[in-house]
Amino acid sequence: MLREGQIRIPSGCAISGIMNKKGRVFGGGDIINSIAVMHDRSNGLGGGFAAYGIYPEFKEEYAFHFFFDHTTIKNEIEALLKKNFIIASGEAIPIRKSKSIKDAPLIWRYFVRPKHRVLVKQEVDEEEFVVRFVMRVNSEIDGAYIFSSGKNMGAFKGVGYPEDIGEFYRLEEYSGYLWTAHGRFPTNTPGWWGGAHPFTLLDCSVVHNGEISSYDANRRQLEMYGYKCVLQTDTEVVAYIFDYLMRRQGLPLDVIVKAMASPFWHEIDRMNKKEKEILRAIRVVYGGFLVNGPFSILIGTNQGMIALNDRIKLRPSIAATKGDYLYVASEEAAIRQVCSKPEHMWMPRGGEPVIGLLEASQPTRVPVRTEQEKIAINS
Amino acid sequence: MSLKSYVTPSFLIERNKERCIKCKVCVQQCANEVHRYDEEDDEIISEEHQCVNCQRCVTLCPTGALTIRKNPNELRQNSNWTAEAVRAIYIQAETGGILLTGMGNDRPYPVYWDNILLNASQVTNPSIDPLREPMELKTHLGRKPDSLSIKEGKLQKKLPPQLELELPIMFSAMSFGSISLNAIKSLAEAAKQEGTYFNTGEGGLHRDLYQYGENTIVQVASGRFGVHADYLQAGAAIEIKIGQGAKPGIGGHLPGEKVEREVSETRMIPEGTDAISPAPHHDIYSIEDLRQLIYSLKEATNYEKPVSVKIAAVHNVAAIASGIARAGADIIAIDGYRGGTGAAPLRIRDNVGIPIEFALAAVDTRLRQEAIRNQVSLVVGGSIRNSADIVKAIALGADAVYIASSALLALGCHMCQKCYTGKCNWGIATQDPQLAKRLNPELGAQRARNLLRAWKHEIQEMLGGMGINAIESLRGNRLMLRGIGLTEKELQILGIKNAGE
Ligand code: SF4
Ligand code: SF4
Repeated sequence: MLREGQIRIPSGCAISGIMNKKGRVFGGGDIINSIAVMHDRSNGLGGGFAAYGIYPEFKEEYAFHFFFDHTTIKNEIEALLKKNFIIASGEAIPIRKSKSIKDAPLIWRYFVRPKHRVLVKQEVDEEEFVVRFVMRVNSEIDGAYIFSSGKNMGAFKGVGYPEDIGEFYRLEEYSGYLWTAHGRFPTNTPGWWGGAHPFTLLDCSVVHNGEISSYDANRRQLEMYGYKCVLQTDTEVVAYIFDYLMRRQGLPLDVIVKAMASPFWHEIDRMNKKEKEILRAIRVVYGGFLVNGPFSILIGTNQGMIALNDRIKLRPSIAATKGDYLYVASEEAAIRQVCSKPEHMWMPRGGEPVIGLLEASQPTRVPVRTEQEKIAINS
Repeated sequence: MSLKSYVTPSFLIERNKERCIKCKVCVQQCANEVHRYDEEDDEIISEEHQCVNCQRCVTLCPTGALTIRKNPNELRQNSNWTAEAVRAIYIQAETGGILLTGMGNDRPYPVYWDNILLNASQVTNPSIDPLREPMELKTHLGRKPDSLSIKEGKLQKKLPPQLELELPIMFSAMSFGSISLNAIKSLAEAAKQEGTYFNTGEGGLHRDLYQYGENTIVQVASGRFGVHADYLQAGAAIEIKIGQGAKPGIGGHLPGEKVEREVSETRMIPEGTDAISPAPHHDIYSIEDLRQLIYSLKEATNYEKPVSVKIAAVHNVAAIASGIARAGADIIAIDGYRGGTGAAPLRIRDNVGIPIEFALAAVDTRLRQEAIRNQVSLVVGGSIRNSADIVKAIALGADAVYIASSALLALGCHMCQKCYTGKCNWGIATQDPQLAKRLNPELGAQRARNLLRAWKHEIQEMLGGMGINAIESLRGNRLMLRGIGLTEKELQILGIKNAGE
């Protein structure tokens, strides 16, 4: 049977996200409880979490989470890592053996920084180098898969119900300021750990409920810009769109969400001249990144969380706040489970984003090359 | 001594004597003078040799007394020397000339549109009802920049000029000369009402049509007929015509008989002279030359209008299109080998060029591989017969389609393929005032509009079925297509999977 990546598998799902806008950290228990309420929205064939702020001791290193099929490939990858990166630390990710989780691959993490001379040789910045490395491993190397590659964050996922996956990874032992979770209902049984959500690239993680009917239009647009959609999943495409528009194009968040879930033309026609000009330009230029079909997504980054629905809201989502906390989930019950008395609770309309940005100043992206280095490269 | 013709009539005319009331409508309607009233015998006689089966007399006969059939008379069976092959030789032996024809290639080559099936949503993804939800077909043609710069809620740089279409269908180039002014007026009005464009072809823009400027694409072809500063300014976009699907590699020839006063004025040539478009543009012998013409036209119109380059789909179309994109075109129009024509040499029409389906797939793939797909819009034509063909074309990668034969059919054309004779009984491919007035431009516009609207609804239904509510999400979305009855190689070129995969 073909596994994810060799075939496109539609699936339905549950999603949940919790963040503290002040950047205060809290344990993984809440997010597990929240996603567990929506047990029936998944079918035990995939669950996962993304957690931000969990690796403060290695916050300057990229945290690579790996699935290995066997030790031979692990040794090969370690050699490859050593060639390209300075490895600050490497270890098996602690797990708790349980009856409900079977056939787990070898799961390891490495905290790494690209070697300076490798960057100079390839004439790319640190992030681009990491992106290319991840894409190369995932598309070209059999038996190894990088499922998380951001700084001070990590994805934890596998085949099973999300609450069991949370327990398996001992998430209650981690502390983060932003957590997202996903329970999957694939219409097929590939049983491959890499296929579960979240899907990540650098510090951007995506959990997603829905099926994107614009998939191939989006994919072919992305491939024009060098992305390789190896998994053939909607989530992967959303993550790459986000990465392209945010990191490569440097667009502001509000523009990105307008590109992905743009207002209708009849709405644009009613706007004032300035807005109209911008919205028209966004649709004309970024039409290939319009995400069409039913979806509700949660995107996590080091700067916060964004929830977005398709334009006519064909998938559920609900948001709430209490104090410094922001909650978004597929169902109200998932929020009430962990926050019994929210101060505000609302159903975002189709195409209307919920954007929760961190108020605490966060390490922003540092360009790796200094001016002197640039001169050295150019001369 | 004149030669006796060995060419037997292609059609038989059957007149039901019981029904015929001798009203002589058929006699008046047939410009080929097939029907004749014999006063002495009080009888209508039909001389079948000249009949082209345009169905005019049949359609207008008030009692339905006429039937036209293929002549059942048969030559001795021969799979190699078919009746058609033999007949062509007789004609050429009598005339010593090139065989001419009109309209598009009618050979039984495969129609790839008919080997492609569309997708629809079931369970995992809801379909969308276009009667209840917005279903957006608005399309923009023109160069798209790689990125936008938006600072403090302001667009830092204006978009390059774009054509804005309410639906992804435009009327393809047909010149005044090849078709009547009434036919053009019909299409121009329909384009205006439905928010799209018509194309002047290489015949210039008649003074009555300047009012449709906003909905006009003005063409610049190798003969440069009717091209002047006001003409370029009048249109919303300019199209450089390099080639045409029905006759790639050759020029055009409008015989002097068709160049009456209005045509001569519009084309800026003397009345009664042949209008000959050379095979190449004599100022374009290479891609660099094309670049110069593109930029001359942009200069001349202050960079306010997108410039399109139209080519025929030929073997190396992908590389050619890539060159055109890099030469600065904003739109590339590709015309497949089934594209129609007012007049073309039969052997060229039937044997030169490639199917638009392959050409489109190859060009779209190539432009994406080179990461320049967003620099140009792709418009395809060459026998788009219905709304499903359009949906398939867009999913393969087109931005919009050009229609011409379908548009003329809407105006009443009956595909008799005799457009080059100037005797179109339907008032379309003719400059004879008696014939041209048979087409009322208001009714023509109504018919053309109806066709656009009908197709628009059908496209919306198909999109909704796929769970898509904006046309941009269909563009290049080849996963929505599956092949049926195609070889591995054909599937590979089209970039689609087989049904069941
Ligand atoms: S040419 Fe047309 S109008 Fe004349 S007889 Fe034939 S079908 Fe009738
Ligand atoms: S336009 Fe007129 S002449 Fe040409 S095919 Fe149609 S009916 Fe015949």
